[in-house]
Amino acid sequence: MRISNFCRHAAMLVLAAVAFPAIAQEAPDVLVKRVSGEVLQVVRTDPKVAAGDKQRVREVVETMLLPNFDFERMSSLAMGRNWSKATPEQQKQLIEQFRTLLVRTYSGALTQYKDQTIDFKPLRADPAATDVIVRSEVVRAGQAPVQIDYGMTKTASGWKAYDVIVGGVSLVTNYRDEFNEQIKAGGVDGLIKTLVEKNKGASGKS
Amino acid sequence: MRRRSNVPPSPRRIVAAVASAALLAGCAATPARDAPSPDDPFEPMNRVAYSVHEVVDGHFVKPMVQAYVDYTPQFIQLGIRNFFGNVDDFFSFINAMLQGKPDKAGHDLGRVITNTGFGIFGIIDVASGAVPKGEEDFGQTFGVWGIPQGPYLFIPLWGPTTVRDGTGTLIRVWYGPVGYLPYVPLRNIIYGIGAVDLRASALGASSMIDQASLDPYTFVRRAYLQRREYMVYDGSPPPEKED
Repeated sequence: MRISNFCRHAAMLVLAAVAFPAIAQEAPDVLVKRVSGEVLQVVRTDPKVAAGDKQRVREVVETMLLPNFDFERMSSLAMGRNWSKATPEQQKQLIEQFRTLLVRTYSGALTQYKDQTIDFKPLRADPAATDVIVRSEVVRAGQAPVQIDYGMTKTASGWKAYDVIVGGVSLVTNYRDEFNEQIKAGGVDGLIKTLVEKNKGASGKS
Repeated sequence: MRRRSNVPPSPRRIVAAVASAALLAGCAATPARDAPSPDDPFEPMNRVAYSVHEVVDGHFVKPMVQAYVDYTPQFIQLGIRNFFGNVDDFFSFINAMLQGKPDKAGHDLGRVITNTGFGIFGIIDVASGAVPKGEEDFGQTFGVWGIPQGPYLFIPLWGPTTVRDGTGTLIRVWYGPVGYLPYVPLRNIIYGIGAVDLRASALGASSMIDQASLDPYTFVRRAYLQRREYMVYDGSPPPEKED
């Protein structure tokens, strides 16, 4: 029964998630805070989102959230040591499919959104650091707050998120088990095939 | 995976489920084809339990709980959630004490006293504005004491757990205040409402699991184990080992 609780937390990723092409030099915590605020604003006010228009929701995720993720880093972390075993072509496909999967997941989560408040904690990091964790907390009445942390890395085009950790559950770690399992069963190509089918199925349903 | 272990199904059902799980575990001792995950030596049996759970939950439990959410007035649902949450807070207090965390224990006890007194036996959560809710439980206490998780278990109608956490849940249910009610039908009604509330708190999430995961079973297992580790360490678990 409480399996689902994790995913309910995951649904909150969205509220706190990352958006808009990053302004260079914007500090990671500032970036996360700004993007979360902007996405929340759209979710609260956009009539199409409120009406459950899936096309519009996907658009919001694509344009506001995704530009702030480093999908290559994310995919390589989720692959673990299998990453180096994949050919560059396979890696390219993996990044693409993983990205599509996350768009669908986020889109689903966004439509389940309810009013929440997000608190950001002060960033404790060396100003010269290129890899930081931005910490935030979603406050819910009558329930324990949920911590949402973002693993962020500094790239040429600004800070990008490579992991989202909801209540201690890291997205990347979770997918590492899933990917491993698929690779054990059918190799890297097997994993790609599963992802492609998954993404097709998901688009069929939505 | 927040554990609101206040009012799970019925204690008897859980004891039976755990016992039969343990029995089945014995039968399913044949090793899986690949090296099984060290956290989940009973994976074949757990997978069966998971499929059973999905069917029963999807066809019976979820529609019923959805009806409760749709047709019960909001303030009643909130009151029910707070009432059971207050009982949780009491057990969080006990466990914070057992873990040697007097500050947390103080917060939890403060919440219980405030909400029981001013919040009409906990149905109004007046304390939340001032003191955030604690979430200590027996499974975490055992973890803090250094007892390992033990094998992962999936129990139909309950969900993911481990030998350690499941033991904690049994203790929790056994000593829960509802168990002391002398009138059995009333007791069962309260357990029932608690179970519905517990499931309601997680509605809308199963579809997320289906959307996000390649294999829901693995996804749930990993998420559960990560979450519990995080809770035992109060939010700062040791860095995971790269494989």
